Amino acid sequence: MATVSQPAETPLVLGGLTPAEVTRRVAGIVEQKTPRAWWAAFAFTGSLTLVLFAMLGYLVTTGIGVWGNNSPVGWAFDITNFVFWIGIGHAGTLISAILYLFRQRWRTSINRFAEAMTIFAVTCAAIFPLFHVGRPWRAYWLFPVPNEWSGMWPNFRSPLVWDVFAVSTYFTVSLLFWYLGLVPDLATLRDRARTRARQIIYGILSLGWRGSARHWNHYEMAYLLLAGLSTPLVLSVHSIVSFDFAVSLLPGWHATIFPPYFVAGAIFSGFAMVVTLMVIARWFFGLHHLVTMKHLENMNKVMLATGLIVGYAYAVEFFIAWYSGNPFERFAFLNRALGPYAWAYWIMVACNVLVPQLFWFRRIRTSVPAMFVISLLVNVGMWFERFVIIVTSLHRDFLPAAWGMFRPTWVDLLTLAGSFGLFLTLFLLFVRFLPMISMSEVKAMMAAEETP
Amino acid sequence: MSEKAKRYWRSLGEVADTPEFRQWLEREFPEGASEWVGSRRALLKLMAASFSLAGLTACRRPEEKILPFSKGVEGYVPGQPVYYASIMTLGGLATGVLVESHEGRPTKIEGNPEHPASRGAASAFAQASILSLYDPDRSRTVLREGRRASWEEFEAFVQQHMQRAGKGEGLRFLSGAISSPSLLALRAYLLDRYPRAGWVQYEPLGRESELAGIELLFGRPLQPVYRFEQADVIVALDADFLGLDNLAPVWIRDYAARRRLGTPQDSMNRLYVVEPGFSLTGANADHRWRARPSEIGQIARELARELGVNGLKVLGSGSSHPWLAAIARDLQRHRGRSLVLAGPRQPAAVHALAHWMNHALGNAGRTVSYTQPVVRTDMAGLTALAEEARAGQVDTLVILGANPVYNAPADADFAAAMKRVPVTIHLGQEVDETAALAVWHLPEAHYLEAWGDGRAFDGTASIQQPTVAPLFGGRTASEIVALLAGYEHRRAYDIVRNYWLTQWKGPEGERTWERAVHDGVISGTDFTPVAVTPDLRRVQGLLNEPALPVADPEVVFVPSSATYDGRFANNGWLQEAPDPITKLTWDNAALLSPATARRMGVENGDVVEIESQGRRVQMPVWILPGHADGAVSLALGYGRKRCGRVGRNVGHDPYPLRTSAYPGFVRGAVVRRTGRRYRLVTTQEHHSMEGRPIVREATLEEFRAQPDLIRKQSAKTELFSLFKEHDYSQGYQWGMAIDLNACIGCNACLLACQAENNIPIVGKDQVRRGREMHWIRLDRYFEGDPEDPRIAWQPVACQHCEMAPCETVCPVAATNHSSEGLNDMAYNRCIGTRYCANNCPYKVRRFNFLDYHKGLQEVQKMVFNPDVTVRMRGVMEKCTYCVQRIEEKKIKAKAEGRRLQDGEILTACQQTCPAQAIVFGDINDPDSRVSRLRRDPRNYSLLEELNTRPRTTYLARLRNPNPELASQEGS
Amino acid sequence: MAVLGSVTLFSYVARPQFTEVGYSPVQPVAYSHKLHAGNLGMDCRYCHIGVEQSAHAGIPPAEVCMNCHARVKKDSPLLARVRESYESGQPIPWVRIHRLPDYVHFNHQAHVNAGVSCVSCHGRVDQMVEVRQVEPLSMAWCLDCHRNPAPFVRPPELVTRLDWQPDRDPAEIGRELIAARGINPPQNCSACHR
Repeated sequence: MATVSQPAETPLVLGGLTPAEVTRRVAGIVEQKTPRAWWAAFAFTGSLTLVLFAMLGYLVTTGIGVWGNNSPVGWAFDITNFVFWIGIGHAGTLISAILYLFRQRWRTSINRFAEAMTIFAVTCAAIFPLFHVGRPWRAYWLFPVPNEWSGMWPNFRSPLVWDVFAVSTYFTVSLLFWYLGLVPDLATLRDRARTRARQIIYGILSLGWRGSARHWNHYEMAYLLLAGLSTPLVLSVHSIVSFDFAVSLLPGWHATIFPPYFVAGAIFSGFAMVVTLMVIARWFFGLHHLVTMKHLENMNKVMLATGLIVGYAYAVEFFIAWYSGNPFERFAFLNRALGPYAWAYWIMVACNVLVPQLFWFRRIRTSVPAMFVISLLVNVGMWFERFVIIVTSLHRDFLPAAWGMFRPTWVDLLTLAGSFGLFLTLFLLFVRFLPMISMSEVKAMMAAEETP
Repeated sequence: MSEKAKRYWRSLGEVADTPEFRQWLEREFPEGASEWVGSRRALLKLMAASFSLAGLTACRRPEEKILPFSKGVEGYVPGQPVYYASIMTLGGLATGVLVESHEGRPTKIEGNPEHPASRGAASAFAQASILSLYDPDRSRTVLREGRRASWEEFEAFVQQHMQRAGKGEGLRFLSGAISSPSLLALRAYLLDRYPRAGWVQYEPLGRESELAGIELLFGRPLQPVYRFEQADVIVALDADFLGLDNLAPVWIRDYAARRRLGTPQDSMNRLYVVEPGFSLTGANADHRWRARPSEIGQIARELARELGVNGLKVLGSGSSHPWLAAIARDLQRHRGRSLVLAGPRQPAAVHALAHWMNHALGNAGRTVSYTQPVVRTDMAGLTALAEEARAGQVDTLVILGANPVYNAPADADFAAAMKRVPVTIHLGQEVDETAALAVWHLPEAHYLEAWGDGRAFDGTASIQQPTVAPLFGGRTASEIVALLAGYEHRRAYDIVRNYWLTQWKGPEGERTWERAVHDGVISGTDFTPVAVTPDLRRVQGLLNEPALPVADPEVVFVPSSATYDGRFANNGWLQEAPDPITKLTWDNAALLSPATARRMGVENGDVVEIESQGRRVQMPVWILPGHADGAVSLALGYGRKRCGRVGRNVGHDPYPLRTSAYPGFVRGAVVRRTGRRYRLVTTQEHHSMEGRPIVREATLEEFRAQPDLIRKQSAKTELFSLFKEHDYSQGYQWGMAIDLNACIGCNACLLACQAENNIPIVGKDQVRRGREMHWIRLDRYFEGDPEDPRIAWQPVACQHCEMAPCETVCPVAATNHSSEGLNDMAYNRCIGTRYCANNCPYKVRRFNFLDYHKGLQEVQKMVFNPDVTVRMRGVMEKCTYCVQRIEEKKIKAKAEGRRLQDGEILTACQQTCPAQAIVFGDINDPDSRVSRLRRDPRNYSLLEELNTRPRTTYLARLRNPNPELASQEGS
Repeated sequence: MAVLGSVTLFSYVARPQFTEVGYSPVQPVAYSHKLHAGNLGMDCRYCHIGVEQSAHAGIPPAEVCMNCHARVKKDSPLLARVRESYESGQPIPWVRIHRLPDYVHFNHQAHVNAGVSCVSCHGRVDQMVEVRQVEPLSMAWCLDCHRNPAPFVRPPELVTRLDWQPDRDPAEIGRELIAARGINPPQNCSACHR
């Protein structure tokens, strides 16, 4: 992507916008009267969110039995959704941190968006490990809090405990990072605010930002530090999530390739989700000048690359299964491709490996409808990847007498749908009340582009 | 922690007897708070506590009462279980049990080691019988025409009714099989008082044909008593002597004693089975052949011809089955050390032939002896009784603990007969089909509530002593008879005691009685064998009967592994225990061979209509590999219309097809497809070992040739662990060895475990979702020809791995390794991530997906073992090696300042195992039985290539095929 | 965050010191341990007979009280409830003070025979008019002793001597006894949780 970063070629902001216009366009979205369509969308996603809460309430009061989980399939939709949402979260930090460190200027107009997405996705993800336990009211035992009753601590050998740390750290850092980036723009909103309420709220949120040189100095410093801090996280989080499986002894889980494979998959799905949402937002709020085709194309290229990595990982798994000579391993993978859950496996392969290949063609790469559809398919595929890994490995392991099948219940399905509801609701609130494009950074970038 | 804190609590104590909510209010606000004004910090603490702890009991502690006796009880120490010897009778035959009782409530059944029928083992039915005691659906009150009545009313009624009884012309009694000496004496007394009265003993699974066959042969009805440990060669003709035709757990013990090899050179018995269905016995056979039930007779004849014994001219020879010759030769080689059995489903002729063969082979007096029958049941008598009733010749019918309306032969049409009887009195533990038609229904006492006595299969008599007062005011059959007969004694205790004291005259009597009650056995009361001489002419005739023409399909009526004949229908433990062969739970089915199913064009779950002699039933189909072609097996005891909530309408009822003419099987039935489907639920969906060395097998020859071939079956790999190994240099280190060669696959261990460890019943729907909670799985694998496979068993519970995969992954350290190598499970620490279960290669961990103890009535909670925590919803559980028993014995040994001896600790499964296949003990002690078994060349650990190093190891299964047949069978 | 916050607060506030210690309900009969065990010097085991042979120490039947009170203070109104119980057969509903959760299986027999005195868990009952819980009886508290039993082990014949004062360091005596009698308090989950 080195070529992409050349500021020489196609500019990242079109229509010869002046900084003032950028501000007006972006801030305008927040300030204008709430559009009907927004209310409609909000009503829909909001009710989905309520469904989620209802399902969780039912779960907590009745037991895990309301799901389809059983013996041998102890984990199913719950952990599938967890890994899926964590994966979605990856694009944000990648764009904001790594691309920032690599000085990828094109990130500026999409990073705010992607970061918000990260936070909301991780929020959704966090629900599942918390509620998939049999006794959620005891879930706090996962945290190393002193307990004078039993004097017990978590078992630090358990990957689930590593998860707790990885995810919570990731969430905190992403949140800080996002908020820090927001501060100057919040100040802008404060200054443009007409109503008292807005002035006060944005005033508090902007932490008294006045845009003095010292402010900017500290800001840049802090931003750089956080970028550096969160860069390893991008890699660490999903590596550690993958340990949940890699560290076990289950054929189909116990694989050293998992960390890189999961990280690539995460970025893959993350970018897919960014594209999906960005395309909508761009069209709805008319941001064509700020979010240009170049941005979208770059993201598609990233998807193509990570998609190839994922496809490679699938292939390697099979090769190793054969090469290892381990009969259980061999059976596990044959069972994936040919067993009762083969349909899920082939959906996964089609969506994650075959479909993205279309991005080799520039015309598809740059066609908004095409990329929208493909990004959706990739999201579907990535959800199924997690489903396949978790369920097909569990349902037929070592002793055939203990084999079983997993069938989702309506609660499983509605909970999954509900998690999307929560995610989108948060998103709608974000685009409504916060600048979805980092005005300050875009303007700085424009300035940088003008001065050769 | 301040003075104030203490005062705060005392102030709570003061509101001791006020209702909960008042307490709450007072704690929450004025009084409590007023005390806190002093320290604001403390107040904040209190409030914070009350909010953050809302819902948790930790803060507000419910007041708990302790209620001691007001007068002490001699020799009773609170918290110490007491054991009582008693007997459980099934089909009239008694097996000795030990009843464990906590604070006066029986909680567990064990076999009585002193009793000849049990020798310490208890069957699945015996294990589960404790649950029936606390069944809330049991009959609780006397009913008169369905309305509540009282015992007093009944007694009054009897007073005036019996005055009109005369010589008992219209008086008829119907009971189950009776071996109880005291009740038989009462019966004699009654029949003496009412000479014209009648008394029929009926058991749906009686053994009339066996006695008839023997009468045919020896001139008088005698009961065979088998000595399986003496038999080197056993031929079972449709005789499931290890399974549902078993009369005493000791049969299994004796049989298994000849399968348990000490050294490769030890001898092993050989079992030939010819049968229509797939029975436990068939599953354990060294050679098994499928045959229609009607063919068995022909096979018996041909086998007899092949034996061609002197003093008998054999007309026609040679047989349709080449293997019969080989069996015959094998039998000849083991004269006096062989045994030929026929099953109760077979007609008298087959029994006659079987026992004639035994006699001809010189087995009589060696492997089988003959005594007077312990019970005499009479199915023909029942139909005759129904005749009389329909003819209006019966005015008073007393039914004692029987349920003929449900289980009488269809041709008796007992319901109609009963309606013609003006006065019907029914004594039963539940308000069943018969109770519904009876004028009087009387609640019957459970055997754990009542005094009584009974005889074992060999005649040994025992006293049945109660361990708890009747929970629902039930009475015993003897008490009812005494009442009707106007006997001097009216209470069961007096009746039984009086009977035996008349047997033991003199001062010794009292002491003998006490010993009898204490031991649970009355020594020297077993029947003495009688000498027998066969009537060859009769056999001659039998030998030359022509073979029956084929009339497919034939319907076979077999007992149910869950409900026996229907009497255990309301027992959730048994209903949920998977059938050993089909692995079906909560249902019976029409069992077909794959070929037959193909021919009929049906699949699992298709409902078929079976018609025979104009009678029809509908049944779902279950395809059972190894079932005889052209035959359909139906398990009796399902489809109860009137019983408790658990068993009502569970499964389908085959009794309507069963007639007194053909109680065992019936030929020429018609099977039609109905097009309907029915969901059958099984605990095991996959039946092949996928070529993995899970159950390791060899033939005796192979094993003798190279004893290490068992070990060789797993991949040789260099195994090491990343984790630090545990140190067991001192103390104990537990281990278990399971001999797959002895294990016959009965469910006794599974039910013993369920009773010992408070394992819940989850119900059909949850089983369908794969959530059964049994800590022991009896894995059953088919191998070989899909039409005619062999079966391999493997009981799998937690293996207590040394390198346990579950321990490392639990995020809250709820499952840990103990200093004695146990894989501990702390339920109260578990938060239920299920990670441990996912990472368990044996999949033996069980998760409480829902609150499976929800809505239990108080009486149901009485069955719980107080030494084991009742698990709540959302936590993981699994086999603990009965750690509560380990701890109990360890504490005992410590208090006595000694080390535990080998065999002192028995796990529940081990204690009850009739085959003694399970051995538990200290593997630190090189001389312990378990250590010695672990050194056995047959010893291997399951999935050892994973380096989990299970503490439970298995001893490979050996088959002992006849070399002559091994070749043609290719086994 | 909020979760963590409340959890930390909870874990501080809900410390057994605050929630359990000091519980001292009013009993149906104003029985004074101070009087009987203290002033009169009755041995604990006279009433709590199970303590050496069973998991439960046991609460005495009214009969046991009547052994003496049939003669001593036979008409005292304070004893009305006891006499009534003895005659009617209705048990006296004593209020439990030292309570462990259902999933904890404590065994008196094991501790008393190992030489752990009553006083270690129940305090100076012989000085209490109405008995009060003085120890948290929490798992952490149990483990303190199971990990380092020496200070709490004494010759078994002295377990009911609540006022016993050794002439030298009790831990030293404890260590000798532990070595001599092979005492090794378990720290496995299954020792208490089954």
